[in-house]
Amino acid sequence: MPNSVPSWSPLLGRLSLDVLPLHEPIILVTFAVVALAGGALLAAVTWFRLWGYLWSEWFTSVDHKKIGVMYMVLGLVMFLRGFADALLMRVQQAVGFNGNEGFLPAHHYDQVFTAHGVIMIFFVAMPFVTGLMNFVVPLQIGARDVSFPFLNNLSFWLTASGAALVMVSLFVGEFAATGWLAYPPLSGLGYSPGVGVDYYIWALQIAGVGTTLSGINLIVTIVKLRAPGMTMMRMPVFVWTALCTNVLIVASFPVLTAVLALLSLDRYVGTDFFTNDFGGSPMMYVNLIWIWGHPEVYILILPIFGVFSEITATFSGKRLFGYASMVYATVVITVLSYVVWLHHFFTMGSGASVNSFFGITTMVISIPTGAKLFNWLFTMYHGRIRYELPMMWTVAFMLTFVIGGMTGVMLAVPPADFVLHNSLFLVAHFHNVIIGGVVFGTFAAINYWWPKAFGFRLEPFWGKVSFWCWVPGFWLAFAPLYVMGLMGVTRRMRVFDDGSLQPYFIVAALGAGLIACGIGAMLVQFGVSIARRESLRDETGDPWGGRTLEWATSSPPPAYNFAFTPLVHDLDAWDDMQRKGVARPVAGFRDIAMPLNTGTGVVLAAISTVFGFGMIWHIWWLAGTGLTGIVVTAIVHTFNGRRTHHIAAAEVAMIETARTRQLAPATGA
Amino acid sequence: MLTAALTLSGCDWVVMNPAGDIARQQASLVLVSTALMLVIIVPVMALTVLFAWRYRAGNTAATYDPDWHHSTRLELVIWSAPLAIVIALGSITWLATHLLDPYRPLSRIDATHAIAPGTRPLEVQVVALDWKWLFIYPESHIATVNELVLPVGRPVRFHITSSTVMNSFYVPALAGQIYAMPGMETRLNAVFNQTGSFTGLSANFSGPGFSHMRFAAHSVDARAFDAWVAGVRRAPGALDRATYRELDQPSEAVPVRHYAQVAPDLFAAVVNLCVRPGKLCASDMAAIDAGGGTGAAGRFNVAALVYDKNGHETVVSASPRLTDAGVNHFVRSWCADPRPWRASVATAATTALPSRPFS
Repeated sequence: MPNSVPSWSPLLGRLSLDVLPLHEPIILVTFAVVALAGGALLAAVTWFRLWGYLWSEWFTSVDHKKIGVMYMVLGLVMFLRGFADALLMRVQQAVGFNGNEGFLPAHHYDQVFTAHGVIMIFFVAMPFVTGLMNFVVPLQIGARDVSFPFLNNLSFWLTASGAALVMVSLFVGEFAATGWLAYPPLSGLGYSPGVGVDYYIWALQIAGVGTTLSGINLIVTIVKLRAPGMTMMRMPVFVWTALCTNVLIVASFPVLTAVLALLSLDRYVGTDFFTNDFGGSPMMYVNLIWIWGHPEVYILILPIFGVFSEITATFSGKRLFGYASMVYATVVITVLSYVVWLHHFFTMGSGASVNSFFGITTMVISIPTGAKLFNWLFTMYHGRIRYELPMMWTVAFMLTFVIGGMTGVMLAVPPADFVLHNSLFLVAHFHNVIIGGVVFGTFAAINYWWPKAFGFRLEPFWGKVSFWCWVPGFWLAFAPLYVMGLMGVTRRMRVFDDGSLQPYFIVAALGAGLIACGIGAMLVQFGVSIARRESLRDETGDPWGGRTLEWATSSPPPAYNFAFTPLVHDLDAWDDMQRKGVARPVAGFRDIAMPLNTGTGVVLAAISTVFGFGMIWHIWWLAGTGLTGIVVTAIVHTFNGRRTHHIAAAEVAMIETARTRQLAPATGA
Repeated sequence: MLTAALTLSGCDWVVMNPAGDIARQQASLVLVSTALMLVIIVPVMALTVLFAWRYRAGNTAATYDPDWHHSTRLELVIWSAPLAIVIALGSITWLATHLLDPYRPLSRIDATHAIAPGTRPLEVQVVALDWKWLFIYPESHIATVNELVLPVGRPVRFHITSSTVMNSFYVPALAGQIYAMPGMETRLNAVFNQTGSFTGLSANFSGPGFSHMRFAAHSVDARAFDAWVAGVRRAPGALDRATYRELDQPSEAVPVRHYAQVAPDLFAAVVNLCVRPGKLCASDMAAIDAGGGTGAAGRFNVAALVYDKNGHETVVSASPRLTDAGVNHFVRSWCADPRPWRASVATAATTALPSRPFS
């Protein structure tokens, strides 16, 4: 199957029974587990008659809160897959010594590290940050939903469609074995003739469209739907970071789409953009993919910086220190993130002046980033810090992330990069900033906003178990990689000659094991919290003493978020309202127009998946039908005039009265 | 100091304790940049721990000032302290990047020895193959696979390319890495200051055999180097184009091989993707294009230019039509062109195209 030109038939394209990995026991076992677990899940949903509920309340929902939660669930599920890949790699590298080939043959191992990178970035980190922005941004700006609710639903399902294609590749055919950015010529037809790279291309293309649409949606939402009085400089820092992130998305994802389209042309119709032949330039691909790739790093981390800003202020019981400089720092990072891409390939032979330029711009980014860190620090200064889980993650982030930042600046010095590039030092660096930043931040955010989303807090004991497994686990897993990088050990190796390295890899594997315990504890935390939700219930809507508008409404918020659009007079609007004693309106409710649920997003994404599958397997009739289906469905949907429904004033009054009763004991006591 | 500590601790941190002047300077940059950043990182971490502890909710003795959120003086420090570090590090970066530019001929053997005027560097041509390394020593007309032997104290200039996909040529003990890319030539100047046996490898993933794409790099004294060259010269094989094409087939964990002779211009042919007989070299095509191109006759070039887009050396891409007669027809169609500037290009092309040695 690998590296051979497959046969083709008009009906099934390249599909045949041979593409099923029947000869690979690890995949077969995985398939059995996934099939059993998936089957059990489907059976349970059917048994409890949940299909109707899921369809009408979740899948077709255009409510930004529910879509946000669905993004988080998608991210979590894919996180388990991506982490399983990580464990496979850690074990393979811990045993692949002294002539022992380990348990993963090259073709499988190469797919594993490729899939790990692709999944963790595109289908874990991206859904996490998009989910957070979706859930939080409209609440923080006092809006009832995003600007384009249907588009939001479609964006989510397109992302899910990409994730589905990656999962399908595990059992039908193969995934790319090229590394997560699929550099040509290795990813070209000449060296990757199988369907692996095609899975990669179409999964990212479909998910990328979703991400771009979501970026447009959130920019418009933030620009147009802010509550009256919320000037730009009164937006919560999280909204600022979300705005900058979405600007980055809209400006950089089209580059990814274009470069993958060019690679597709090379692979499907024989053009020579990135081939060795006819003046094709693989170097151009490397440049283009990183012109997307570096802003992508900031797309992930900026909203997380926002999360930490919110959490630090809330749990220090203080206004954020240096709001304006925080905003400027965010904007500066946004702009600079476009002029650093070349630092990913100083070793490609650019001249010294070019390398110096990109090295120095990279260092310059550390100035606003450093300013942010100081701002969090001085927010804690003269505060009253409550160490709930979100704040614990924040302190762990601050201590971990600075090390990652430092190693990042080391890599930005071109001559130093020549000895560290592509080494395990580099691998340790970017896991240091992505785990220490994005992952820790996501966990902080989940613990912070969970009560807002579901109306009850997360149980802290298992959360702390998870925390104390994760943080030392991270260092145990990646400190050996830093050291091995300085010993000249490079990445993506499957087996090693030098037996003296084995202890380091064993320690790293133990670290991964500790992280696995952390993940397990987190899942237990979710389960225990759901089981004990009555005792963890939050009646107030503001369990942490929050400062921004999302805490002004109930937990979970009603479908319309706010019965009346709040008026904003200050930064930290909710804190300001409480200080001024602004009374909650209890009468005079009106009908509220809300967007109507629609199944079109699910349908479009499902057809996109089919289209992608047809393209991947060269089943042209299926791809053609799929493409036609997408266009026809989209056109038909434009004629659907039933877009809004009204929540009657009486219903609003009922919901709000219930909320008043709920608040009464809290205020009365 | 850290380097000394590492050496004493017996750790084999080759990146920090290398055997070549270039790698040593690069390692010292790693240390300098770390030290510079620790100036700011250490206080930040210390303050984080201090504030996190001191301002915990349980400590009611600590000051609590919920409205304090701005201080111009502090903001100045916050922005200018990292700025100062970056200015320092940026200046060092600019200088070091130029001084340690891999393309720049060496100016010194080590910190105390400048290069004697008139010293010619040892030229070594490096070809990354699937999945082994070919080293050609053009001065002595020998070649090796997976074994690089260099005389200690003599500057070396590497000319690096790849036959198929991107790799990265990296001998951690000698100097930092640089990509090996098909159809292109990158350069690296370096020197060994100590004798010893080291490891070289590909640092950029290049496919299934990548893990085994390692080679031995020996640094030996001048006499041992001459003896080694003489030994290789007595080896049985010669690396002609046919042998090269066999070697070019994918293989893994290839043992060391020696070739007593090498086809002249083999490296240039590899860079120009025209080792196979009947191929038009990329440089020749570029010359033709620079001369204005061939117009409609260019369609005959297509088959002669296909290299690996349909799979490396797996598809016989030279079309059946491209027999000698075909080539002649295509060249004649060109020479018949009345425009005078075509003639010189055509002459160049006819001499470039057929009958290369060892082909």
